[in-house]
Amino acid sequence: MSEYFAMGGYAAYVWPAYGISALALIALAVVSWRAMTRAERLVALSERSENR
Amino acid sequence: MQAYANPQRFLTFARKLTPWTWGAAATALIIGLYLALVAAPPDYQQGDAARIMYVHVPAAWMAMFVYGSMAMASAVAFIWKHPLADVAAKASAPIGAVFTALALVTGMLWGQPMWGTWWVWDARLTSVLILFFLYLGYIVLWSAIEEPTRAARAARILALVGAINLPIIKFSVDWWNTLHQTASVFRTDGPTMPASMLTPLLTMGLAYTLLYVALLFVRMRAEIASRRLRTIRLGLEAIPA
Repeated sequence: MSEYFAMGGYAAYVWPAYGISALALIALAVVSWRAMTRAERLVALSERSENR
Repeated sequence: MQAYANPQRFLTFARKLTPWTWGAAATALIIGLYLALVAAPPDYQQGDAARIMYVHVPAAWMAMFVYGSMAMASAVAFIWKHPLADVAAKASAPIGAVFTALALVTGMLWGQPMWGTWWVWDARLTSVLILFFLYLGYIVLWSAIEEPTRAARAARILALVGAINLPIIKFSVDWWNTLHQTASVFRTDGPTMPASMLTPLLTMGLAYTLLYVALLFVRMRAEIASRRLRTIRLGLEAIPA
């Protein structure tokens, strides 16, 4: 198992490459999703108050 | 507001598809990561460092593909004045910027053990860095110009002019002497890679493409909602007290 994680001596390059990719894409997904739910909720709220 | 007649149909469609796009992207990512990190053999020259390829190359593909989509959407916005085209282009930019940054960073992490350097100012690396700055410039342009129609126009022009950089990136490794290797998948004489490495690479490429679609839908929905919010607020302010 530890041999696998050693990546043939390239662990210091392989794992950061995958780690940074995962972090950046997850962060982008979370930020985008939050912006969407927030904006859609605000639209729904103001449309409701408009129709009153 | 006639501009919203069309997005309404898109929104119905996008809302239905959003969970499926995320499901498809996640499935392809799990399979792709298994193939890349477990099933694929180490390279006979580069050993396990070659596994960086499976996150580096798809990110670089997407960096160019997203910019190409952005430029095409900008052309559509110019010619047919389609209201969704600007939304699609604007929503794409941050996604493309992240893919480009990842291509650059994973490239550095691959370059250091293989070339002995994190960075060289060769044609491939420099043209991709310019692509990253084009994305940043495009994003800044949208937020710097307050009037939306003028911002849209400036952004379209930048996206279209910047597209000149795409063939330069693609052919940089053939036109100039670069440290970066030439294409080994999209070649006129077919891929030069064994299937044991090509399959994981193409699976990761598919996963990144699906991820782009999933992110694009979410960001387009956010953009449509914030534009709608803006018109609602402007409308409310217009009512005399």
